[in-house]
Amino acid sequence: MFKGILGKKIGMTQIFDETGLAIPVTLVEAGPCYVTQVRTPEKDGYSAVQLGFDEVKPKRLTGGEKGHLKKNNLAPLRFLREFRSKDPQVNEGDEVKVSLFAMGDMVDVIGTSKGRGFQGGVKRYHFAGGPKTHGQSDRHRAPGSRGSGTTPGRVYKGSRGPGHMGDDRVTVQNLKVVFVDEERNLLGVRGAIPGPRGGLVMIKEARKQ
Amino acid sequence: MSDLLKAVEAPENPNIPQLTPGDVVSVHVKIKEGNRERIQEFKGTVLYVHDNLANSTFTVRRVASNGIGVERVFLMRSPRIDKVVVERHSKVRRARLYFLRDRTGKSARLKQKF
Repeated sequence: MFKGILGKKIGMTQIFDETGLAIPVTLVEAGPCYVTQVRTPEKDGYSAVQLGFDEVKPKRLTGGEKGHLKKNNLAPLRFLREFRSKDPQVNEGDEVKVSLFAMGDMVDVIGTSKGRGFQGGVKRYHFAGGPKTHGQSDRHRAPGSRGSGTTPGRVYKGSRGPGHMGDDRVTVQNLKVVFVDEERNLLGVRGAIPGPRGGLVMIKEARKQ
Repeated sequence: MSDLLKAVEAPENPNIPQLTPGDVVSVHVKIKEGNRERIQEFKGTVLYVHDNLANSTFTVRRVASNGIGVERVFLMRSPRIDKVVVERHSKVRRARLYFLRDRTGKSARLKQKF
């Protein structure tokens, strides 16, 4: 069974459970989504479900996107994302709503982390930096050595160092669904999820339950 | 702030009056013992009121037996709070009365405000 939805992060707050404990909650405006395409092993070599989310004006889409959605007579949708699913049991054109999820379900949330720009090694990889005292100058946040000396005589590819940080695809696994509101298309998960408020997130059934 | 967020958050507790630092209050807390519910009172001085919408809290300090200070932080919108009764106001000049922690006896008194 396919279990996944696209949504927009709204923000964090706290709610109280029945025992009166405060729970940190991230709200997501999830769906309504539409199944825009079902990928099958026969045709595409793998099985997956493509969902569309967020209705926009037709002029915001390219001709190709419009044609793709027109196949199933769907409204213009801003985001299209694929979810791998071995046995989807959904048809193209189907509507996917938050009611797919129930309170207590465990989900994985995928989002794009906030962009931090070009950052040094101290912030990006928690390098220790240099000594703060004992006559040091200009070495406080330096990365230090990046590898060995004459052999190999170069820095290995993939070595940690300063560079662009954030704006990465990030998955947070095993978050509990603590709130579902079908009327307002709201989903609340316990804890934090990646990305800024208003950012697109993919929510799917937890892989490791 | 998003209206959707507000719609989900717990409503304000109508049984909590406006609190200010220095108030002597009695907080009635619901406590569950097995399947029985009873109310426990916690009486003390408000040290600090953290005003932050759904995340608002207030800190109450009371001096228990043997002069041991006990502080509790309550969530304003917690369903566990039955009600809060303000017994007296005090004349204070700061928002955080943490200096009371270091004082005992006569110097720990606050002047009453009417």
